[in-house]
Amino acid sequence: MKGPQPWRRFLFLALFVSFFFYSASVYTSGTALNEGPVASDAALRGQTLFRENNCWACHQIYGLGGYMGPDLTNVINNPDLGPEYARMFIEVGTDRMPDFQLSDSEIDDLIAYLEYVGAAGNYNPKKGKVTWYGTVEYER
Amino acid sequence: MVQSNTNDSTCRRSGVNFVILGLMSLGGCVLMGLLGAVKYLYPEALSNFEFHQLRPIHVSLAVSWIFLAAIGGIYHYLPNYRNLTLTWPKSMHIHFWIFVVTGLAILGAYLMGNFGGREYWAYPPALSIPIFATWIMFGINICLTMKKEKEPWPVYYWMWMTGIIFFFITFSEAHLYLIPFFNENIIRETTIQWKSYGALVGSWNMLVYGTAMFVMERISGDKQMAHTNQAFLLYILAFIALMIGWSHHVYAVPSAPWVRMLGYIISMAELAILAKIIWEWRQSLTPNQKHAHLISYRFIFASDIWVFLNLILAILISIPAFNLFSHGTHITVAHAMGTTIGINTMILMGSVFLIVEELCGDRFAGWHRSWANQGFWISNISLVVFLGALMVAGSMEAFIEWEDFYERAEAIVPMLLTFSISGVGLIAGLWMIVVAAISMLMPAANEPEAIQAGAE
Ligand code: HEC
Repeated sequence: MKGPQPWRRFLFLALFVSFFFYSASVYTSGTALNEGPVASDAALRGQTLFRENNCWACHQIYGLGGYMGPDLTNVINNPDLGPEYARMFIEVGTDRMPDFQLSDSEIDDLIAYLEYVGAAGNYNPKKGKVTWYGTVEYER
Repeated sequence: MVQSNTNDSTCRRSGVNFVILGLMSLGGCVLMGLLGAVKYLYPEALSNFEFHQLRPIHVSLAVSWIFLAAIGGIYHYLPNYRNLTLTWPKSMHIHFWIFVVTGLAILGAYLMGNFGGREYWAYPPALSIPIFATWIMFGINICLTMKKEKEPWPVYYWMWMTGIIFFFITFSEAHLYLIPFFNENIIRETTIQWKSYGALVGSWNMLVYGTAMFVMERISGDKQMAHTNQAFLLYILAFIALMIGWSHHVYAVPSAPWVRMLGYIISMAELAILAKIIWEWRQSLTPNQKHAHLISYRFIFASDIWVFLNLILAILISIPAFNLFSHGTHITVAHAMGTTIGINTMILMGSVFLIVEELCGDRFAGWHRSWANQGFWISNISLVVFLGALMVAGSMEAFIEWEDFYERAEAIVPMLLTFSISGVGLIAGLWMIVVAAISMLMPAANEPEAIQAGAE
């Protein structure tokens, strides 16, 4: 027999097609905002700045990213930290975090982005509720 | 030893340039890793570089090592050992040179602080265009070549084809943020980015597992092992893991719960089957078969041990309740480095040295051979300490109640120092292997007649 065997061909196609359906539902209902907040233009500009300056290399959002600096998900809505605290770091940097020479309006955008991710979700491992079957429930 | 086209030196060298470039990427990757670690621990050192430049260089070079070694192997194996001439041989050279130029441009962008994407693709997205173009050329070339196969497809053809198709898909997915529909919903954008990175790892695993199956078939001479149902089951599991295994990356992203549940349900059965196949293959080898490809054999064997160790960790971090604590700590780094170095790099070195041992035969001796040998032991032993230190650091971060990030970061410094010191051993070992392999793969070493051919 020449080439791939028919039933293996079929299995491949079945998985391939289900990947598309699966991805399509992740792209739509799996990540629909439902009652979650909608991002402002400033937050979207901040999202781009966060990528362009590679803040990701050192920081995490929702626990994803680099580990040199802290997770930034809740830096704005944490009453002990907040926007002015975050602004200070972004404006001048520290000995471990570079100063990116950003303008005031760029910093405003970054703060708006960080505010959004904190409003849309939480990342505080110690606050999640572990269910009996091993998953974790968060408060929004 | 070579079945066909033995006299055709262009065929014998098919894909070898990719392997050499891949080995160079690995050498650079581990060096950048060390510089990154120094910068992490002593921010005032290396004042010309920033950590956020070194990290993407390190990661991108790691990815290019894996892909180049796998691609080079495929370009090499099909014409040399499967009797299939490449459908489009010219495109292989174009592929190579476009890759070299794009790679240099990406390095330049990082050094100038020009970023755009993130994680594996942190460079400005325009530089992805040549990567897309060459990948399509590579995919068409290889799939049309495999289509000429007269016998039923061995499982590694399936794996290579799937890896090629899915790299294209996940690489496209990683760029969806350029479309407003995705970018305007920050939760969607974040989820899909991490989905694509998980599937990317799945697609390179396909290429690497396929390579492992090929190397094992070649060493043992057992033509059946790549046709068994067990081998095909490994393929199916790797396929499903590629589709949904990424969701363990996004437990904390506020997307719909079922997205995360599915990732939990698919555990790491794929690794278990891979371990089982390698184990059974080892048992089936005669001393003669092992001896004929001793260095290649050793690397595959080492990968098996690492599969077992990583399996335990992978299953643990797939449990959401554990993942919740381990995520965002150095346990995740141990998982990433344990699999890329322990499993992928060891398997790919098995492939590199299969090529070396078959191309060079008895000429692979003297210092070349002893460096490969010593490098093997030095890198594997260092890797044990290296990963151990990361695991301890990560567990401290995860399971001790710290006042804040700063106290926690301070506490793990001794572990990160241990990590960096063993990292020096790891680099020394890997460099010995890389130098030994490159010295044997250069045209002069394995093909005296190629010097004349190349001079024309
Ligand atoms: C080279 C690594 C690095 C990069 C790149 C980086 N940071 Fe930081 N950042 C840090 C570190 C480390 C800290 C913790 C302060 C310290 O130890 O100096 C920090 C702290 C912060 C804080 C305070 C968080 C807290 O909870 O205390 C904010 C806000 C912040 N960074 C935002 C940003 C933004 C926005 C960017 C991108 C424009 C960025 N950082 C890029 C390393 C980095």
